[in-house]
Amino acid sequence: MIIGGGGHGLATAYYLAARHGIRNVAVVERAYIGSGNVGRNTTLVRSNYLMDGNTQFFEYSLRLWEGLSHELNFNVMLSQRGQIVLAHGPSQLDVLARKGNIMRLNGIDAELLDRGDVMRLLPYLDFSSEARFPIYGGLLQRRAGTVRHDAVAWGYARAADALGVDIIENCEVKGFLRENDRIVGVATSRGAIRAARTAISVAGHTSHLAAMAGLRLPVESHLLQACVTEPIKPFVDHVISFGAELFYISQSDKGGLVFGGHIDGYNSYTQRGQFAKIQSVAECAVALIPSVSRLRLLRHWGGIQDMTPDGSPFISRTPIAGLYLNGGWCYQGFKATPAAGACFAHTIANDDEHPLVRHLGLDRFRRGNGHDEYGLGLWTYKQ
Amino acid sequence: MLRIPCPNCGVRDATEFRYAGDASKRRPALGLSSLDDWHDHVFLFDNPKGAHREYWQHVLGCRQWLVLERDTATNAVGRAVLARDRVRE
Repeated sequence: MIIGGGGHGLATAYYLAARHGIRNVAVVERAYIGSGNVGRNTTLVRSNYLMDGNTQFFEYSLRLWEGLSHELNFNVMLSQRGQIVLAHGPSQLDVLARKGNIMRLNGIDAELLDRGDVMRLLPYLDFSSEARFPIYGGLLQRRAGTVRHDAVAWGYARAADALGVDIIENCEVKGFLRENDRIVGVATSRGAIRAARTAISVAGHTSHLAAMAGLRLPVESHLLQACVTEPIKPFVDHVISFGAELFYISQSDKGGLVFGGHIDGYNSYTQRGQFAKIQSVAECAVALIPSVSRLRLLRHWGGIQDMTPDGSPFISRTPIAGLYLNGGWCYQGFKATPAAGACFAHTIANDDEHPLVRHLGLDRFRRGNGHDEYGLGLWTYKQ
Repeated sequence: MLRIPCPNCGVRDATEFRYAGDASKRRPALGLSSLDDWHDHVFLFDNPKGAHREYWQHVLGCRQWLVLERDTATNAVGRAVLARDRVRE
């Protein structure tokens, strides 16, 4: 039984059926499949991570992305246009060089760019002497890019369905069924469903579901916004990450510039953002690419992120027998979809964590093993 | 824009404030508590979908710490009181 018909839940169901031969699987979804964060992200995939554990996990995910259209027989429109992370000072470029070296030692492609390289690749950035954050160089991962995000939900759903998985939409979980301290299924708005193993995979509402099972989690739900401009001719050919602020931009196939920034700053379950954040994100866009200043915003939207103290997620057993958890993705869940599904399916099928996610256990803070990618300690999202 | 009724300054934009998290938590007693109590205090959150009491500091105003009632499902804002008054309660 998988709670949550988003990218992760549907991927988990697919890999349970395809890799572990477990086809007696139900996915219950409160609304319609793909109605949550799998359709609300900025569609980026990459594996330029620094910490051991993250590096291997996200590279596994990118390799699964590279074969996904073939595996699912559904075009997820992976576009490996390359992602460039910019450095705005010599020390930042040193950090990127170290990250690139770590990636290459793990067999991941990475190229360090100097200012001239960036100028040739991205001539439209602000290289003037007035630039608020001068560009010193960057780190390029050519295999990174974008994916048609809705197709991920549909592709996994269709492939899982073909293998015998039941996908039940408009079915909200109201509580858990228990027998002797063990979870044995769920009570839903459409009746009770019994299951030997129950898995939570509900981005944004992880705490809410866990509370029904009597668990408190190291998770706060925060709002992240993204924006898209009116369509323009092909212009931004890569994915670009600003180094002076949390800001990233790419161009959709329809021509709109898609960009986003940091979370709004306080816990919220409203999928509506505050205007102040749109303003600061737009300021980042103009500081980086002055020529976008007259573009009009077409849409903006919000998604709910499960923020964890160290910025890393959980793919784990829980203290309650029969209950498994995948959550706490802190706005990096989309790129992880295939690996999270595969590793979570392994965790559920074997009642033991997949080797790639052993560092993502629910008990890691109790053991003093926080896993913070930025190397700044815990709670970076609150600073 | 979220607007917060500061007891000193009146209703002001949330961008004047710094958010500082769940105000319902109580610190475990120093020296008396187990590591588990501290783990739970530091790392675990009720994270409710609905009524929430939370700290805000009016950094660009009176600089006082407030306890605000807000609904996390709708962002509807309720009463705000000075945190020091609440501590004395």
